[in-house]
Amino acid sequence: MLFTLVLFPLLIAAVALVVPWNRWRPYLLPLLGTGHLVLTVLILALPGWNVNYDWVVLDGLGKLIILCVSVLFFFCSIYAVGYLHYWKDKANRIFVACFSGLLGLLSLVIMSHHLGLLWVAIEGSTLVSAPLIYFNHNKLSIEATWKYLLVGSVGIALALLGTFFLAYSALAGGMPATLSFDELLKGAPGLSKTWLRAAFILLLVGYGTKMGLAPMHSWKPDAYGESPGVVGALFAGGITSAAFLALIRIYQICQAAGETAFASLLLLILGALSMAVAGIFLIGQKDLKRMLAYSSVEHMGILAVGLGIGRMAFFGTLLHVVNNTLTKGVLFLSTGNIQRAFDSKSTDVVRGAFRRLPISGALLLAGFFAITGSPPFAPFVSEFSILKGALDSGLFLVAGLFLILLLLVFVGMGNTVLKAVQGRAPQGVGDTAYRDGFYAAAPALGLMALVLLLGIVIPDPLRQLVDGAVQALEGQP
Amino acid sequence: MNDVLNALLMIMLVLNLFTLGSSRLVTMIRIVAVQGILLGFLPLLFHERLTIPVAVATLSAIVLKGSVIPAIMLRALRDAQIKREVEPLIGFLPSIILGAVGTGVALLFFGQLESGHQHGGSFIIPTSVATIFVGFVLLTTRFKAISQVLGYLILENGIFVFSLLLIEAIPLVVEMGMLLDLFVGVFVISIITNHINRAFSSLDTRKLVSLKE
Repeated sequence: MLFTLVLFPLLIAAVALVVPWNRWRPYLLPLLGTGHLVLTVLILALPGWNVNYDWVVLDGLGKLIILCVSVLFFFCSIYAVGYLHYWKDKANRIFVACFSGLLGLLSLVIMSHHLGLLWVAIEGSTLVSAPLIYFNHNKLSIEATWKYLLVGSVGIALALLGTFFLAYSALAGGMPATLSFDELLKGAPGLSKTWLRAAFILLLVGYGTKMGLAPMHSWKPDAYGESPGVVGALFAGGITSAAFLALIRIYQICQAAGETAFASLLLLILGALSMAVAGIFLIGQKDLKRMLAYSSVEHMGILAVGLGIGRMAFFGTLLHVVNNTLTKGVLFLSTGNIQRAFDSKSTDVVRGAFRRLPISGALLLAGFFAITGSPPFAPFVSEFSILKGALDSGLFLVAGLFLILLLLVFVGMGNTVLKAVQGRAPQGVGDTAYRDGFYAAAPALGLMALVLLLGIVIPDPLRQLVDGAVQALEGQP
Repeated sequence: MNDVLNALLMIMLVLNLFTLGSSRLVTMIRIVAVQGILLGFLPLLFHERLTIPVAVATLSAIVLKGSVIPAIMLRALRDAQIKREVEPLIGFLPSIILGAVGTGVALLFFGQLESGHQHGGSFIIPTSVATIFVGFVLLTTRFKAISQVLGYLILENGIFVFSLLLIEAIPLVVEMGMLLDLFVGVFVISIITNHINRAFSSLDTRKLVSLKE
């Protein structure tokens, strides 16, 4: 049944390409979102449905991430209907097909236990997401798409080289060359250390580009800034989580090979750098969507730091993948609404969003408090847990830096968000007829409710999923 | 077998330098096509028997890299009505010298590294590293969108050379997936270059500077 998670989205993508009605085509997305979520839940709940293949395996980590992506896609798919109806004059054939195809490829990334297949799926997800950035068909979106494609392709090419290095490290260690994740994991102690380290660096750069870790994040503000909000949500919550999972796979191999210290150091450096770069560029940021992009860079940094800290922070890190995904959904969807109501995403024009869009304005503000780790929202729990992990591991310097950078981001981001939501909307400029409707507000509200719920109590099934993921990450069966 | 292989790899390296020295984009596209065809044939040296999967993979790689991708690129070039890369960041002759030095360094360092393994005595790893280096030079010092795409293709070719060491580890499905990704990638990129050309009346990527802090 695992293949249905990949094939169903691809089928819907094919249908979208064939269906001639621009007005009705967007309804394929909620159909796919609902179907995918139901399938995911069934596969998670019924062990009989989770039959693994050689290369396609849904392990503990995969179960957590696929649920995350599926939930996010479900809400995004409802939002997308409203979005595409608002731009009803634009052709949405390619958009709907690529949006659906992206879900299928992400599912494949998450379930791949063959590093070659993993690479193919990640590269595929880069390619199908390019037309999504280009949806607005203007000069700025061309520029963003070009940078995304070029930086992304080169990054992914390096990941391919790293993948080959990893296979060669088996050969150099006297074993048959292989790209199968499970075989590499089993034979990890015998891998050639030099080639393994080189492979880790290349894969960290490659999949780090896809995640948007600094200094490979340069495409991110442009791509997130110019693409529709709903695409940004799927990028910041879906693609990044899947790319992080790819990085975790490589980390697992390093861990089994006894190279944890090497991998952790690099992860900590890149993670802290990402948080710092994000903090610096968030200060004085006027563009709401670029602000969210830097916030995404920051949170990828937090995930890298969490993974780098090690065992003590695994629970917090994996929980943070969930929380970041849901909260980014809230932020991008509400910002998209605000951008359409003001016909701008710059705080020069966007003022008093509270008055014009009471729901989206409030959601942006609540989402800001959530993503910066304020209680009672979910990211507080996971960020606190990562911090505690750092302290328990005796990494006091890391913990101190972590806190300072979180504070920096809070100040920088708060300045921009408060400007946008408070005060009075400017007269005359940037007013459109757009207001919150069901499709625009309900998905963001739903995601926000989840963020709040997970901040107050982590339901048992989710706790079990995260525990299962931690066990898989630690290498226990 | 190693002699034939090494001779072909040497041709690869020479072709690399040709791309660095050529200002005519059509010539560059043709050289990269020849390189692609050459690369397509290389895996045959590693198989004792020609099975159907091997034949399928070889044939699709040759057709894709030798004719489909060059055709897409030439079409993009015709639509954009440009012929030459003008004013690169590093001139053509200095580029060749840079490429030659890079190739020499790769041969010197990685040539030794490989000995002792089962593929000892072949130039696979140094050729791969040198080709990747040349790809990066083109990507970073040329400003026409098409030259950058060619740089990316050469980079991919270099990575493909490395995969010759791992032939038994890469299943057919994955290999076909990689080729498909390459095809779709070039296809999407050529559409975008076409749009760049229409929106900016040029393929000069230095005009893409509106998005910044």
